[in-house]
Amino acid sequence: MIRRREGFGLRLLVLLTVLFALVLPILAGLAQTAAVAFGYLPAAGQKTFGLAPFRQLLSMPGARSALTSMVVAGCGATALSLAMALAVVAEAHRHRGAALLSRLAAPLLAAPHAAMAIGLAFVVAPSGWIARLCSPWLTGWTLPPDLPFVHDPWGLALMLGLAAKEMPFFLLVILTSLTQFPAERQMAAARSMGYGRAHVWLWVLGPQIYRLIRLPVYVVLVFSLSVVDMSLVLGPSNPPTLPVGVMRWLLSPEIRLLFPGAAGALAITLVAAMVVGLWMMSERIVAAAGRAWVCRGSRGHAEALVQAGFAASGALVFAMAFLSLLSLLIWSFAKQWRFPDALPRVWSFDGWQMSGATWTGPLLTSLALGLLTVILSLVLAIAWLEAEDRALLPRARWAEALIYLPLLVPQISLLYGLQILALRVGISGGIGAVVWVQAIYVFPYMMIALSDPWRALDRRLLQMAALLGAGPWRRLFRVRLPCLLQPIMTAAAIGFSVSAAQYLPTLFLGEGRVATLTTEAVALSSGADRRIAATYGLLQTLLPLMGYGLAFAVPWLMFRNRRALSGATA
Amino acid sequence: MTALVLEKVAITRNGQSAPLFPPLDLSVPAGKVATVMGPSGIGKSTLLDFIAGLLGPDWTASGRVILAGRDLAGVPPESRRVGLVFQEAGLFPHLSVGENLAFGLSGDTKGRAARRAAVEMALSSAGLAGFYGRDPASLSGGQRARAALMRTLLSKPAALLLDEPFSRLDQSLRTEIRQFVFEHVRAAEIPALLVTHDPEDGAAAGGALLNI
Repeated sequence: MIRRREGFGLRLLVLLTVLFALVLPILAGLAQTAAVAFGYLPAAGQKTFGLAPFRQLLSMPGARSALTSMVVAGCGATALSLAMALAVVAEAHRHRGAALLSRLAAPLLAAPHAAMAIGLAFVVAPSGWIARLCSPWLTGWTLPPDLPFVHDPWGLALMLGLAAKEMPFFLLVILTSLTQFPAERQMAAARSMGYGRAHVWLWVLGPQIYRLIRLPVYVVLVFSLSVVDMSLVLGPSNPPTLPVGVMRWLLSPEIRLLFPGAAGALAITLVAAMVVGLWMMSERIVAAAGRAWVCRGSRGHAEALVQAGFAASGALVFAMAFLSLLSLLIWSFAKQWRFPDALPRVWSFDGWQMSGATWTGPLLTSLALGLLTVILSLVLAIAWLEAEDRALLPRARWAEALIYLPLLVPQISLLYGLQILALRVGISGGIGAVVWVQAIYVFPYMMIALSDPWRALDRRLLQMAALLGAGPWRRLFRVRLPCLLQPIMTAAAIGFSVSAAQYLPTLFLGEGRVATLTTEAVALSSGADRRIAATYGLLQTLLPLMGYGLAFAVPWLMFRNRRALSGATA
Repeated sequence: MTALVLEKVAITRNGQSAPLFPPLDLSVPAGKVATVMGPSGIGKSTLLDFIAGLLGPDWTASGRVILAGRDLAGVPPESRRVGLVFQEAGLFPHLSVGENLAFGLSGDTKGRAARRAAVEMALSSAGLAGFYGRDPASLSGGQRARAALMRTLLSKPAALLLDEPFSRLDQSLRTEIRQFVFEHVRAAEIPALLVTHDPEDGAAAGGALLNI
């Protein structure tokens, strides 16, 4: 029909923007990193390709254990977070606590990785809160013990930190997926056949949930493998995980370190691709084993035990995560807090005042970066969804893949190449470059958050508006956007928290000159003064939390006289 | 020349060979309410979607729709001047009742005061005086149906399509709203097409009756 071509111009505009602002830079950045990884860097007089950088990389001290700790921590954190999240959701469902659970998960999701890592270090360190609470009555320690509770060579602290962020994320995507198939009825049917709840969760609902959340799982897996900020604060230190080592080499003033650095960056992408591939293969193995097990019809208690174990671990991770955020608050107001006191002996505003002169700048920078990236990404997301809608076409698979692309490429592999390209264009080190690179990561999350509510809006409302004489733009601005105010604000809050958490993109494209709360917090985390690090970590958490608060308050204020939109039913 | 004319209209779901119903010919003069009757699921709403220009991409239609002498082929819905009232009423949830009517009110009425007065008048003629600032979600089913009809009439349509607008109302309310709608169609002097599965609706409409 003729109407198929409606919105063609808008569609072209969106496609070109996505192509030139997101896709091509990502590919060009990767290609540029790869060129240096094979020894090609004309600026340093290297104009031939070779494998020397990879040989250099392998001969770096600790390269192999850096690679091992990266893979172990990344895979371990993802798999355990997923298992704990499923077990916790199952447990919450039994007690009708799903709504409470998503409310509990929200602040943990809003807290940037760096802030969570700093708080967790305060909690689990040898001189941390747990050690203080148990000393000296239980442990006999009057001085902090010399034990590797953080920066442990096995990456356990890093895994715990990653889980504290990833489990809440998985909780929310699992809860969302449960609304997309008749889980309650299947549960009832399977239980009437004599199966326990845990069995049904694991073998009936679990596989269906997993199919719906596969892409987010891969995103989390790639993120965990290549994480840098959390690894700096909690991860193994000698040698560090590969991404941390690679970042140090790439930011080092010594040019000869750039080559193993770029080789390492490329290796991270290759390893991540291999790990995702192996993960997909294990999906099949687990599925086959599961089918065989299900067909045996066993109605035993093994699943209940496994579920109870993971749910208990999940609750523990939850508790640790909240303790971490609380410890940021307490440390930022502490004056004197000697080991092994459970609480500070003297309180003060010193942490805030001492750093007061310095935190206002990064705070404003973070705020401005967040607002700019969210506005840009929101305009693009709305244009994309509207163009899709006017064409009356469902989303193509390649378009869905395009949205996830930035989240499936390890940041570090891409950012070094992007930095070189930005230098060549002359935008590196400016706030514009940082806004753009952050938008690459903010846009996908906002797009994912907005797509379902956008499609769920009653089509009849828009058709009604058309028949009342409203053209496409009036329909968009007067009907569609106001009706979607709440999901739009939520998407903006998610985007803002993603922006606030960005570490590597700001570091690389800002050339260290753009100081945000996150870059400062990570830099201060290794410093001597916990009070100042706590202040930054807390500010870093409060900023996105305020975004979520606004996302809740604005629709409520605007639509408090509109029952259908005030948030009571949505 | 103000009639709504359907010439050999047939609608087929893509991938199926037979159309939903045999080709339809119908002419509705101004001020009359013609009725298309048929069991639910036969494609009555699809027919109205076609006339209003809302047919989705999964459908193929043939035949012509002529309104006031103009062939509507290829005309976007917002330019057809076809009003549609259906059972869910479709009031915008983010606007008050009065703002919903003001959204519909044709651009011919200019000036804040004049527009407000036109909306207030429409509200009181629908028995909704004083409802300007009310939340549509707080209205009863009958009030909603009346507000939706007034909103559509304020947009000065050249024809009115009624998609089972009474089916969700209870028996006593149904008679009342039916009368209300038909009176307004006559007063507006526009052709109206009602689709329904309720024979009582067709009898009350008093115009041509077509079974599909």
